[in-house]
Amino acid sequence: MDKSQFLVWLMTNPDMSDALHLLSATEIAQRLQAGTLTSRALVDALLARYHALNKKVGAFTYLAEPDVIAQAEASDLRRKQGKALGPLDGIPVAIKDNIAVKGQPLTCSSKMLAKLISPYDAHVIEALRAAGAIIYGRLNMDEFAMGSSTENSALQKTYNPWDLARIPGGSSGGSAAALAAGLVPLALGSDTGGSIRQPASHCGVVGLKPTYGLISRYGLVAFASSLDQIGPMARSIDDCELLLNALATPDARDMTCFDKEQRTSLPPVAVNQLRIGIPRGILDKGVGQEVAAATRAAIDFYRSQGATIVEVDLPSSDLAVPTYYVVATAEASSNLARYDGVRYGHRSAQATTPVEMMTLSRSEGFGPEVKRRILLGTFVLSAGYADAYYVRALRARSKILSEHLAALEKVDVILTPTVPTPAFKAGEKISDPLQLYLEDIFTIPANLAGLPALSVPCGKSQHLPVGFHLVGAPLSEKKLFAASRVFEAAHSYRHQQAPL
Amino acid sequence: MSESTWEIVIGLEVHVQLRTRTKVFASVPWGFGEEPNEQVDPVVLGLPGTLPVVNRAAVEQAILFGLVVDATIPERCAWDRKNYFYPDNPKNYQLTQKDFPVTLGGQVEIELPGPSRNVMGEHKSIRLHHAHLEEDVGKLSHSGSGSLVDYNRAGVPLLEIVTEPDLRSATEAAAFLNALVTMLTQAGVADCDMEKGQLRCDANVSVRRLGDTQLGTRTETKNLNSISGVRDCIQYEAARQIRELEEGRKITQETRGWNAVNARGYVLRDKEDAHDYRYFPDPDIPTLKISRATVERLQKLVPERPFHRQRRYMEKLGLPYTSASVLIADKALADWFEAAVMAYPKNPSGIANWVVNDLLRDLSVVTTAVDSFSETTPIKVSLADCRIKPAQLAGLVKITDEGVISKQQAKEVFAEMFRTGQEAGDIVNAKGLRQNSDAGELEKIIQEVIADPAVAKSIAEYRAGNEKAINALKGPIMKRTQGKANPAMIDQLLRKHLG
Repeated sequence: MDKSQFLVWLMTNPDMSDALHLLSATEIAQRLQAGTLTSRALVDALLARYHALNKKVGAFTYLAEPDVIAQAEASDLRRKQGKALGPLDGIPVAIKDNIAVKGQPLTCSSKMLAKLISPYDAHVIEALRAAGAIIYGRLNMDEFAMGSSTENSALQKTYNPWDLARIPGGSSGGSAAALAAGLVPLALGSDTGGSIRQPASHCGVVGLKPTYGLISRYGLVAFASSLDQIGPMARSIDDCELLLNALATPDARDMTCFDKEQRTSLPPVAVNQLRIGIPRGILDKGVGQEVAAATRAAIDFYRSQGATIVEVDLPSSDLAVPTYYVVATAEASSNLARYDGVRYGHRSAQATTPVEMMTLSRSEGFGPEVKRRILLGTFVLSAGYADAYYVRALRARSKILSEHLAALEKVDVILTPTVPTPAFKAGEKISDPLQLYLEDIFTIPANLAGLPALSVPCGKSQHLPVGFHLVGAPLSEKKLFAASRVFEAAHSYRHQQAPL
Repeated sequence: MSESTWEIVIGLEVHVQLRTRTKVFASVPWGFGEEPNEQVDPVVLGLPGTLPVVNRAAVEQAILFGLVVDATIPERCAWDRKNYFYPDNPKNYQLTQKDFPVTLGGQVEIELPGPSRNVMGEHKSIRLHHAHLEEDVGKLSHSGSGSLVDYNRAGVPLLEIVTEPDLRSATEAAAFLNALVTMLTQAGVADCDMEKGQLRCDANVSVRRLGDTQLGTRTETKNLNSISGVRDCIQYEAARQIRELEEGRKITQETRGWNAVNARGYVLRDKEDAHDYRYFPDPDIPTLKISRATVERLQKLVPERPFHRQRRYMEKLGLPYTSASVLIADKALADWFEAAVMAYPKNPSGIANWVVNDLLRDLSVVTTAVDSFSETTPIKVSLADCRIKPAQLAGLVKITDEGVISKQQAKEVFAEMFRTGQEAGDIVNAKGLRQNSDAGELEKIIQEVIADPAVAKSIAEYRAGNEKAINALKGPIMKRTQGKANPAMIDQLLRKHLG
């Protein structure tokens, strides 16, 4: 555009304010490209906001300012030389603390790994660097991604920017809180049973758990390998898709990651062609009144846009939570066995023999929820119990998968609330793990079935954000984005600002 | 103790490091003798966030082994986690194949010692249960000040070969291991260097009274790292069990260790302390499909089985047992021998004699100073460096058979050939060794020798009917021809002249 066009655009664009922290990644990309913003200026604004707010919110556990500034300046130089690497060049992406960044802490918010510096980059970090993105600080989480409130972090507390007395959700609570507080435009989370979508819902942002295999897990510290996926989190659908596109590339270092030929994504569907499945009786199951109302409003909206709404039956969904807590803990008990103080991580000073050192290091290094899950997982795999628990859970898992695939033959997406109730108060459920496990009742089936699932802000329960949840067939991410974009465009939840 | 009334039942689990450049789930190379913890990377050390990637070369080596032992190669194989804590185990679980191993069944032919060195012993077929792939662990050592761990060995591809309980003595177990090592090395699947720990063995031993059909309670002795160790351990353990039973005690199912220094076994842990490995399918490695095209391609690499070769040499080529056995033990040597036979098929036994006696003797002689060989560093010549080529040896046997040179001359030609790599014919010409077959010249010499009064007595005896007396005339004739005369021709002409 020429100068006069630019001035008109400047005056008519409501986001063109000093509030750089509220810009979407898509808008930042436009400004960087237009030359009206530098990465350095953006980073300076975000760092100022970080200094002002991070103590209050507790989202970041680590931020290397000189490194961030150097990355921003390198990006600006590339752009100046006409060598910008793409739409993400110069845009900060904050990283959940269970994704490896070379030379930075990889604590998983655990005392066990509090002093670990990663000697390598995860695949997603390599992909982001190749796209020119700025690797921007590390985000708090539940220890080893086990939890739904980020209260299991051994490092610090994180608070919901919408109500600092409440939890941000978890385990990617730092990611969701940083986005809602305007500390960063994009963030990576990881999702094993809802760890991206549940905090996204609680903090009023967008979060995608991609199809299992779409994004390499190389460099993601494993919790439950057959369920874990890294995913993009953002304040808008466009931003979420922009980030996903940079992350979803083949990687031979993860044998479960799709190769080039397997990446056959399903095309988007126009809203008047869209078939939405609602699991029968879904809103009767302990769903809060205002959450149910917001979900019904979303359904009504889609109906008004010409979408077809049908009820679907997923009879085995009731088995999802118990199935998940068998499969996930079994894998976790094995995945977390490597933290023994021998090679890295916390090493007990009390031990006199190698075996004692391993025992004491683990006893001292892990928090109570991690220990609870390791013990549970060890039990369900034990001789004499494996058939009754682990093997049965695998059968239930394949039933849940086949029921979902059958339903998704008839509909494009399955819509539910993301979480039955809005964010609860800090400390309210920490002593009641079973109650806490129900936070993931709607999100867990997508992990068990390896399906893509998206949480989209859709309203409020009093002052607290609420999201709806879309699940699609494998590789239907474009469908999920297209369907939710229609909703987002007609509502004002995009870029909603938490009242900090 | 009355061992004759007892039957010993043995099954072996043999762990073999496969011949691959890199480790089984990481792209880092492995080998013997590096500084501790040099052959590691984030995957080998099990750093958080790392994932295993199956080394296809290791899988193909395992399939090749399966084809060598006539095993079934299933359509797919899969990995499981075996969970146990030990400092040498970087992830505190070991990736192995519990339910879907890479090969199923198969058998190994073994040869038991014969009544003497020259007589072939009994052959037996030992069935295999399966073979599966797994990763080796590191090494923990204890020093005065603490414990040290080296992860160079961690992640080295291991093939665990599990037999059926078909072995009946320590001797059979040793014969099995010898046959297995021969097959593994000849197929290039593994080097089996036991000095480097490339082959380790667990022995499951039980005993029962002769005629019993039920198996007795077995013990498992872990980590035997030599064939003699396996033999000694089985003898010790069988004797121990027989003594226990004869003295009215019971055998406890237990895991045992073996002290090779004092040749005694000891209890590691009993059944109550047995590990619960909490096996479950590894979620990081998808089930691997084994295409029939891969199997067909690998089938072409399967070498002839050693005892098949032995039978062929004895039955088709007429070799004696001893020569055949020496040849089949070394694939390169047997291939060399066969190349020579191809070049001259008329006398395989003659060629075999040269190979087994002369060639092997000279190859094993430490060479100190020929041309490029350093004078200070003795070098044992390998077959690949040997200057004699198979066709050249064939040429030597041929001209000897044809009477061009005598057997005595052939030895001289062979020595020269070994030293220089020249053709037999060239050496014969250069040295003027050609056997004298000129009848005219020879007749003149014969007439002169017959005329010598010194031999008159022998001539008289021959004429009187003593056949052997003619031999006394041959020496002087050969001497006067400087050994170049053709012995057959001398014999023929002598008889003519003596009438």
